[in-house]
Amino acid sequence: MTSFESAIAEGARIEPRDAMPEDYRATLIRQIAQHAHSEIIGMQPEGAWITRAPSLRRKAILLAKVQDEAGHGLYLYAAAETLGVARSELYDALLTGRQKYSSIFNYPTLTWADVGTIGWLVDGAAIVNQVPLCRCSYGPYARGMVRICKEESFHQRQGFESLLALSNGTPGQHAMAQDAVNRWWWPSLMMFGPPDTDSPHSARSTAWGIKRFSNDTLRQRFVDMVVPQAEVLGLSLPDPDLRFDEGRGSWDFGPVDFTELREVVAGNGPCNAERLAHRRAAEDDGAWVREAARVHAAKQVRRGAA
Amino acid sequence: MSSRFDARSRSVLGLADDALIASHRLSEWVARAPELEEDIALANVALDLLGQARLLLAHAGQMQVPALNEDQLAYERPIEEFRNAVMLERPNGDFAATMARMLLFSAYQYQLYSGLSGCADPQLAAIAGKAVKEVEYHRDHAAGWVVRLGDGTEESHQRMQAGLDAEWSGFTRLFVDWIRDDVIAAGEAIFPPWLREPVVHWLEPVLERATLEHPEVTLIREPGTREPGRNGAHTDDLIDILARMREVRAAHPGASW
Ligand SMILES: [Fe+2]
Ligand SMILES: [Fe+2]
Repeated sequence: MTSFESAIAEGARIEPRDAMPEDYRATLIRQIAQHAHSEIIGMQPEGAWITRAPSLRRKAILLAKVQDEAGHGLYLYAAAETLGVARSELYDALLTGRQKYSSIFNYPTLTWADVGTIGWLVDGAAIVNQVPLCRCSYGPYARGMVRICKEESFHQRQGFESLLALSNGTPGQHAMAQDAVNRWWWPSLMMFGPPDTDSPHSARSTAWGIKRFSNDTLRQRFVDMVVPQAEVLGLSLPDPDLRFDEGRGSWDFGPVDFTELREVVAGNGPCNAERLAHRRAAEDDGAWVREAARVHAAKQVRRGAA
Repeated sequence: MSSRFDARSRSVLGLADDALIASHRLSEWVARAPELEEDIALANVALDLLGQARLLLAHAGQMQVPALNEDQLAYERPIEEFRNAVMLERPNGDFAATMARMLLFSAYQYQLYSGLSGCADPQLAAIAGKAVKEVEYHRDHAAGWVVRLGDGTEESHQRMQAGLDAEWSGFTRLFVDWIRDDVIAAGEAIFPPWLREPVVHWLEPVLERATLEHPEVTLIREPGTREPGRNGAHTDDLIDILARMREVRAAHPGASW
């Protein structure tokens, strides 16, 4: 048994300087990068509502949330860098489509209610996905996730609260909230990935202590968490098959349309092109700024040496 | 222009509206900044300014009978009752122009809040005392970029000089005397022209390190006229800002959020 294998068997943490199989490294880079990309692409759909937030308090909450997401991106890129890959390479992989981000951000945010709904459902699903990663075998990723999960649960509570105000508000506000939940429910369930019968990387990731629970297990956990919350909100979920199974102690739910998920992952979602174009434009527009910073720093070094 | 707000309220609204509108423009940068660290920094500055605006609006609102809350003042006040400086409502321009504006405005705010932290209005003094630490960070952050860009590449130098040129005349108008004498005499506001010298004194070494020159602009104001922005006269840019800010609320009259 290699030191890596015994560390995994004992449930010990793998640290950047430890020996690790190349496949383990590659799998982690792919997963952490995808996660980092999701954080920064995820700034766009909600960020677009900061200037339109309907109260100054909501505006401050949203601005802080989007700032948190940028911070999550930063920790995650830093965690990926410990595996020997530069942030610029990862950006490049994102912009050229070699690496993905969560498909949830390829849906548009049509109304203000989408902001609260994303907080409640999307941050909620992210928490269910990510809490087990706090115990993941790779140290820097696991530690990053602890901090991120704390902030995500804050986001979820704030989203819930914002949605509750809408649901209990005027008929127009209530209808807007219900419409947003109707649109975001199924995409949120898709955030847990393909069904276990069709999940290409799962078995190996589980053996390596990167993945702790299967996609379907986490999806069920999310449904069980969210259904009672929808009741408190006074909003319905758009699934006629939702019913509580006394025997399992869990909620049954209808079939998820994974053809749609595959389409969106393949780049054919409503906003794939827009999200990447926005990211690319920000990169291109900022190129002269980054170049100037590099040149200035080099001048400073020369002056220091002189 | 007549106003339902008295001179003391107008002076506080000027501070509040400056912060609110500057915050709005900065939040337009979110998810568009040249690097991820800067997305975080710009959001941070926007949040600080929004926080200042909220405290100041609440304070101005408390002076009214009946009292008005921050959202009534931000979302329901007619545009001609906004007292922000015109330079803050203009579109951002490129990153250099944004940093020029942040540098000039935060250097002004720093002196202003420093003075107000000892003013005769205890609530305003407390708000200013907290805000002065925030704007000190904004000022230093902007100064860092102005120096890097000014003394960076040829392109960045040109852009930084152009940004400074574009913002400078608006900046000089921050020091126009627009607050009524009795408010200043009561120690509840700072006479704006007093701020000019310390602000420019602080700016000069920064611009020197950045290898930039500031244009000389002479203030021209006809006697008897009043300062645009501060007197409630605004450009179409503020119409656009308020329309966007109020879009959701306008669609749901009477709703709470
Ligand atoms: Fe996040
Ligand atoms: Fe989040």
